[in-house]
Amino acid sequence: MEFKESQAIYLQIADHMCEQILLDKWKTEDRIPSVRELAVQLEVNPNTVMRTCEYLQQYEIIYNKRGIGYFVAPNAGKKIKQLKKERFLANELPQFFRNIYLLDIELDELKTHYEKYKKSHFR
Amino acid sequence: MISIQNLSFSYRKNKPLFENLNLQLEAGHIYGLLGKNGAGKSSLLKHIAGLLFPQQGHCKVMDFESRYRQPAFLQNLFMVPEEFYLPQVHIKGYLNTYAPFYPNFDRKAFHNYMEEFHIPVDQRLTEMSYGQKKKVLISFALAANTKALILDEPTNGLDIPSKSQFRKVIAAAVSDDKCIVISTHQVRDLDNLIDNIVIIDDHKIIFRQNVEAVTDRLCFKNVVSMADAQNVLFSDSSIRGHAIITPNEGAEHSRIDMELLFNAVLEKRESISQIFN
Repeated sequence: MEFKESQAIYLQIADHMCEQILLDKWKTEDRIPSVRELAVQLEVNPNTVMRTCEYLQQYEIIYNKRGIGYFVAPNAGKKIKQLKKERFLANELPQFFRNIYLLDIELDELKTHYEKYKKSHFR
Repeated sequence: MISIQNLSFSYRKNKPLFENLNLQLEAGHIYGLLGKNGAGKSSLLKHIAGLLFPQQGHCKVMDFESRYRQPAFLQNLFMVPEEFYLPQVHIKGYLNTYAPFYPNFDRKAFHNYMEEFHIPVDQRLTEMSYGQKKKVLISFALAANTKALILDEPTNGLDIPSKSQFRKVIAAAVSDDKCIVISTHQVRDLDNLIDNIVIIDDHKIIFRQNVEAVTDRLCFKNVVSMADAQNVLFSDSSIRGHAIITPNEGAEHSRIDMELLFNAVLEKRESISQIFN
């Protein structure tokens, strides 16, 4: 895994783990690799992976069975989208708004672009 | 786990290296010891390992005074020095001679580490390059399963693929009852492994913080123009823009840049330490 420069490592690992769930590599109620296995695989401090697990647990994406490990929670996919939406609205959207404001682009104008994009990519 | 109190030491009269140095290190963490050339990183590690003696003060590991080198202390501490000597024997002979000194030595783990580093176990130590010998020593150090593990510039002399292998074996070796101390200049090799930063300068420890505490209080960013930034504590400019440190006011979660932090602590010690006090 290639780490980006700007974001905290534990959040990048969280994204990586969420991706495994969204791609269905880790399925609901599956036990995910242990903290140690993930730390070795990603070449990071196990305490960092631990922090990621606590973070994902807080959002009910994974849950802990004492003494056994972490498991993918029911509805994890839905929870991930909710979390990603929250983070998008808080972090990326203001940046985007700033750009369209500086470039004098109106929201109506964007709508046609967005419809065109959806058509060419997702239909 | 490791406790240094009021340590003073000098190699020559009137030229102190350490003056009243204090440092506490706990089990369950990987400490990155950073400092300029000649700041005393290796000398401090040698004090911990009992290879140098404090002129004043104490240096203890698990309540054993390091300088007395008691067997119970030596069984539970391993140091990989920057410069080392290995005898002219086969790896097997080396194991048979040295492993019995470490009651928790794990031969299976040793072979796993050697495999991870791609070193054939039947090779003679004399037929090896510096980097290969270093990998043997690192494998031995990890397999010795000591409570304290001290690595002085461990990535020096390792080639590009083995740096990644090194990170993997260290990540696997961490446990709640182990204290790992790594001194390094190549922080970028290890910045995702280190969870506590210790900076030595000016005869003492001038900075000792958990990485989480650092990113809670400081924000590491790259900006194109300094006009985009406010409250800059420290900046470093290059062709790619400006790497900056600001106080973390918006509860942002940025990624720590240890090189930048190191330079900032050395140059702006006052303003940085204010934030942590």
